[in-house]
Amino acid sequence: MSTTSSTIINLPDQRTATLPKRNYLNNEHGLLSWLLTGDHKRIAILYLISITFFFFIGGVFAGLIRLELLTPQPDLMASDTYNKMFSMHGIVMIFLFLVPSVPATLGNFLIPIMLGTRDLAFPKINLLSWYLYLAGGTFTLAALIFGGVDTGWTFTTPLSTHYLNTNVVTAATAIFIAGFSSIFTGLNFIVTIHRMRAPGMTWFRMPLFVWAHYAASVLMVLGTPVLAITIVLVALERTIGIGVFDPTKGGDPLLFQHLFWFYSHPAVYIMILPGMGVISEIVSTFSRKRVFGYTAVAFSSVAIALFGFFVWAHHMFIMGVSNYSALVFSLLTMLVAVPSAIKIFNWAFTLQKGSITFETPMLYAFAFFGLFTIGGMTGVFLGALGMDIHLTETYFIVAHFHYVMVGGMLMAFLGGIHFWWPKMTGRMYPESFSKLSAVTSFIGFNLTFMPQFILGYLGMPRRYHAYPAEYQVLNVLSTAGATVLGVGFLLPLLYLTWSLRYGAIAGNNPWQATGLEWQIQSPPLTENFIETPIVDHEAYDYEWLAHKTQQEVTTVG
Amino acid sequence: MDNAVVVTHPHTHETAVHEEHHHVALPQHRHHFETEEQQREAGTFGMWLFLLTEIMFFGGLFFAYLLYRNWYYDAFVSASNQLNVTLGAINTVILIGSGFFMALGVWAAEVRKRSLLVLFLVLTTVLGFAFLGIKYVEYHEKWEKHHIPGEHFDISEFVNPPIDAKTGKASEKPLAPDMAQKTQVFFSLYFAMTGMHAVHMIIGIVLLFWLTWRAYYGEFSSGYVAPIENFGLYWHFVDIVWLFLFPLLYLINRHPLK
Amino acid sequence: MHISPVLWQFLVKWLHASALFPSEASTIAPYTDALYFFLLTITAVGMVIVGILVFGFSIRYRKERHPVAIQVEGSTLLEATWTIIPLALFLVVFVWGALLYFRIYNPPVNSMNIYVVGKQWMWKAEHPGGQHEINALHVPMGRPVQLTMISQDVFHSFSIPDFRVKREVIPGRYTTVWFEATTPGTYHIFCTQYCGTKHSEMIGEVTVLTPDDYQRWTQGSTSGMSLAQNGERLFASMGCNSCHSGNAAARGPNLAGVYGSKLQLANGSEVLVNEAYLRDAILNPSQHVTAGFAPIMPTYQGQVSEDGLIDLVEYIKGLQTNYRVQQTLTTSQSNQVAPTTPGMVKP
Repeated sequence: MSTTSSTIINLPDQRTATLPKRNYLNNEHGLLSWLLTGDHKRIAILYLISITFFFFIGGVFAGLIRLELLTPQPDLMASDTYNKMFSMHGIVMIFLFLVPSVPATLGNFLIPIMLGTRDLAFPKINLLSWYLYLAGGTFTLAALIFGGVDTGWTFTTPLSTHYLNTNVVTAATAIFIAGFSSIFTGLNFIVTIHRMRAPGMTWFRMPLFVWAHYAASVLMVLGTPVLAITIVLVALERTIGIGVFDPTKGGDPLLFQHLFWFYSHPAVYIMILPGMGVISEIVSTFSRKRVFGYTAVAFSSVAIALFGFFVWAHHMFIMGVSNYSALVFSLLTMLVAVPSAIKIFNWAFTLQKGSITFETPMLYAFAFFGLFTIGGMTGVFLGALGMDIHLTETYFIVAHFHYVMVGGMLMAFLGGIHFWWPKMTGRMYPESFSKLSAVTSFIGFNLTFMPQFILGYLGMPRRYHAYPAEYQVLNVLSTAGATVLGVGFLLPLLYLTWSLRYGAIAGNNPWQATGLEWQIQSPPLTENFIETPIVDHEAYDYEWLAHKTQQEVTTVG
Repeated sequence: MDNAVVVTHPHTHETAVHEEHHHVALPQHRHHFETEEQQREAGTFGMWLFLLTEIMFFGGLFFAYLLYRNWYYDAFVSASNQLNVTLGAINTVILIGSGFFMALGVWAAEVRKRSLLVLFLVLTTVLGFAFLGIKYVEYHEKWEKHHIPGEHFDISEFVNPPIDAKTGKASEKPLAPDMAQKTQVFFSLYFAMTGMHAVHMIIGIVLLFWLTWRAYYGEFSSGYVAPIENFGLYWHFVDIVWLFLFPLLYLINRHPLK
Repeated sequence: MHISPVLWQFLVKWLHASALFPSEASTIAPYTDALYFFLLTITAVGMVIVGILVFGFSIRYRKERHPVAIQVEGSTLLEATWTIIPLALFLVVFVWGALLYFRIYNPPVNSMNIYVVGKQWMWKAEHPGGQHEINALHVPMGRPVQLTMISQDVFHSFSIPDFRVKREVIPGRYTTVWFEATTPGTYHIFCTQYCGTKHSEMIGEVTVLTPDDYQRWTQGSTSGMSLAQNGERLFASMGCNSCHSGNAAARGPNLAGVYGSKLQLANGSEVLVNEAYLRDAILNPSQHVTAGFAPIMPTYQGQVSEDGLIDLVEYIKGLQTNYRVQQTLTTSQSNQVAPTTPGMVKP
C-alpha cells in the first residue's frame, strides 16, 4: 500500500515476507476453540472485538447527546431519555471501554511476549475475566433494554438509592461483575510480571509498556474491590433499605462519595497509565532511540499509581469536606501532576538526536502529546482549590476529562492498535487512510472539546438537557466537531477490517522495533517462542537490533 | 490414584519443543510454566494478591463501621448488646476448628494421604455448615426482634428497654429516640459485614465440595497440592475476617450493667 | 459577494448573543479570573515548550536529515529540571488556589444571611424578613450576602457563574457560600449537581439591585411575617417553651442569647452555637445535650420541615430575652406528638 520513501515498511524484510503457515490464529479452528481458549493472544482478540462493540454503543449515546445539545431547547428527546443517554454513555465508556481497553487487548496480547514467556500465569482466569466482562456487558445491555438507568455513572446517593425508579440495581450488578473482570486481569499481570519473566529479563530491562501495566494493575487490584463493596451497599440500600448512606436514617451520603472516589479516582490512572505505556513504545520505535530517562519514566508510572490513591477527595472540594483535608488533597493533587509532566518531557527528549519517521502510530502519539498536555494542565486548574469552585460540575470538567481520556487514552489505544496490528494479524493497513483518520480525529477532537472549556468557564453545568440560549454557538461547534470525530473513529474500523484480508503482508518486524514481540513471527505462534529467549540486552537497544538483523536468518514456523 | 487425571488436564498445546522439558513429572504441570516450582509460586503469589483485594473489599466496610461507631457511640453500644455473644463465641470456636481441620487437610495433601485429606476436607465443610446454621439462628432472632434494617425496623426496645424481672431495673440504658434510630446504622453494618462474610463462607463451601470430589479421586495425593494450599489460604482468610468481626460487632461495646 | 443568510445570521448571533467570557459581577470574580489567567498562561507556555520540543526535534532529526540515531541515555540534570520547575509552579498554584478557596468560603462577619432550600427541582430562597422566592433571588449590591443552604432530598449544587461561586447543597446539613455583588443586573443560578429528571430546569435568576431598589423590593414583597415570627409561632405550637422557658427551674436550657455563644456540652466538648448546631440540636438532641441538663428532649426528626427548621433557627438566633417566651407559655396549647420517651433517667 503505502510506499512513500519515508516509511520503514520498505525494508527488504517486508518485501519478501510471507504469512507464516502456522500461527495462533489458525492453530485451532472452530468457534469453540476461541470460546474455550487459554491463549492470551486469542483472549486479547476476543476482548478487542467486544470492546470495539461497546465502544461504538457508547459512541452512539455520545452522538445522540451532542445532537440534542445542538439547540438550547429540549427538543430531540425527553429529559429522562437524555439523562439515560449520558448515564449509559458514561457507564459503557468507563467500565466497558476505557478500563479494559489497552490492558485487556494490547496488554493481554503483549505482556507475556514482552517478558519472553508463553502465556500469562493463569490462562483460565484470563478467560474467566473475559467472560465476566461479557456478563457485565450483558447486564449493562439488559439495563438498557429494560428501560435504561439515569443515575449518571457516579451513582450519587441518595439520588440513586431513593429517588430514581430505573434499573439501578441491574447497572450496579453490571459494574460489580465488570469490576471483578478487571481485578482478575490486574492480578494476572502482576503475577506474570513477578514470576514469569524470561531468564535475563530483569525489572529494568522490561519495556516501559510493562512497567505502566504493572502500575495500573496495582491500582486495579487495590482500588476495584472498594468500588465493589460500595456498589453492594448501594444495591442493598435500594433493595432492602439499609441506611449506611441514607441521611434520614443517620447514614452519611458523603461516605458514599469518599468510597466511590477512592476507586474512581485511581480508575482514571488505571485508564491512562497503560496508554502511557503504549506511547513509550511508539515514540522509541519511530525515533529509533532508547526512551530518554528510562528509569524516570518507569518510576513516574509507579509514582502516579502511589499518589493516585491519595487524591480522591479532590472530587469533593465543594461538598463541605473540612478545610484541612481540602488543603491536603489539593497539595497531593499537585504532586500527582508532576510525574505526568516528567513523562511528557522525557518523551519529547526521546525525539532528540533520533532518526524520526512519521508513520500512523507516531501521528497518534503526537496527538497524544498535545491533547494530554492540555488535559493534564487543565487538571491542575481543577486541583487548585479556589479555581475548582467555579469550574467543577461544569463543561470544563467534561472537557478536561475527555481531553485526558479520549485525547490521551483513546489516541494511545488507537496508536497502539495501529502499531501492533501487523503483529496481531500479520497484515498492514493502508497507511494513507490511517494517517487520514489520525488527522481527522485530532481535528475533530479539538473542535468538539475545546469549545467545552469555554462553555465551562462561562458556567454551563454538565448533564444539562436544556441550556440558556447564549451557549448555543459553542455547542453547535462542539456538535460539529463530534461529527468529524465520529468519522475519524469509524475509518479505522473499516480499513482495519479490510486489511484482515487484503492488507499487505507485514513480516516479522515492519517497524524495525526492538521489543521481543517483534523478534518472532507475525502473527505469533500459539506458544509465542520456539525456545525460551534469554535476554541479554536492555529494552530499546537499537544497536543490539542492528547487530542481530545483520546475521539473522528469519525462521518462520 | 488412577490415570483419569491425565485426561482432565490434556496438554492442549503439545509441541515438539515441549518434549525438551524432561523434568515434567506432574500431569498438572501447565506447559507455560518453566518449572513446577514456578507454577506453585505463581499460584500462591496470585492467591495472596487476591486476598489483598479481599482486604480492600472488607476494608470499605470496616472504615464505615469505625466512622459511625465514633459518631453514634451510644447506639452502637446498645445495639451491640442485642447480639448473642454465646452464639457468636460458639461460632468463633467452630470457625477456628474448621480452620484447624483445613490446616490438617493441607498437611494430609502434602504427605499424600488421600483418605485423611478427604476426611479433613469433609470436617472443614461440616464445621462451615455449622457456622452458617448458627448464623441463620442469629439472623432469625434479629428478624423476630425487628432488628433487620428497612421498613420493619423497630426502635422501641432501645427507647424502652424491657425491665429485668430479677433486679427490677431496666436491662439496658435507654436511648433517646433520635439516638435509638441510629441503631439501624449498626444493624445495617452488622448485616452487611456478616452477610458478606457469610457469602464468602458459602463460596468457600462450594469450592470445598469440588475439592473434596477431586481429592476423593486422588488428584491431590501425588504431590500436586497447590489447589489445597491456596484454598487453605482463602479459608483462613475468611476465618481471620471473622476474628475481626466478632470482637468489633459483639464484644468491644459490651459492658457490665451498672 | 454574497454570504448565505443562514451563515450570516449565525455569525451575527454569535457576536451578539454568545459570550466567550462570563461577566465579573461579584467582588470575588476578579480574584478567580486572575488565577484563571495565570493558569492559562502557564498552560500556554507549557504547550509552546512541548510544541517547540516535539516539532523542533521532528524537523531537525527527521530521518531524511538525520539517518542514524545517536543513543543518549538520559540526563539527571534535565530530569531534575523538569521535575522541579513544574513542581514549583504547581505549588504556587496550590497556594494561590488555597487562598482563593478561603476567600470564597469564609464569609465576612457583617454579611446578611439568606436561606436557600433546594429540592427536586426548584430553589426556594427565604429572606429573614419573610420574603419567599422560587427560582429567584434578590440581593442588594455592595453588601456581603451569605447563603445558608440545605437540600430536602438529594444532592444539589448552587452555582452563580457570574459571581464565580458554587457550593454543594446537601441533605441533612447546612452548607454556606457568600458573595458580594458589584453590578446590578440579572444572572443565572444553576443547579450543577445532577439531581434527577428535571436537573436542567432547576435554574433561576439572581437579581442584583441597588440599595434603594432593594429597599423597595423588600417592602413590596414581604408576606407580612418574618422568619423569626413564623419561628415564634412554631416554637409555641410545638410546646418548646414549656421546657425552654428561661426560668431557673426549667427542664431545658435557656435559649436567649445562646446563638453565637460557646456552649459546654454534657459530653465535655465545647461548641460554637451557629445555625447548623441549632438545627442539629433540634433533630438529634441526645447528641447535643447542654451540660447540666438531662437528655429528655424528644427528636423532631420528620416532624418539622426544613422551612420550619429555618424559621425556628432564625427565631432562636434573634432571641434576646425570654419575656415573650414566658408570655406565650400560658396562652399556647401544646399539641406536640412526641414519640414515647422513657422517664427521666439520670446518667
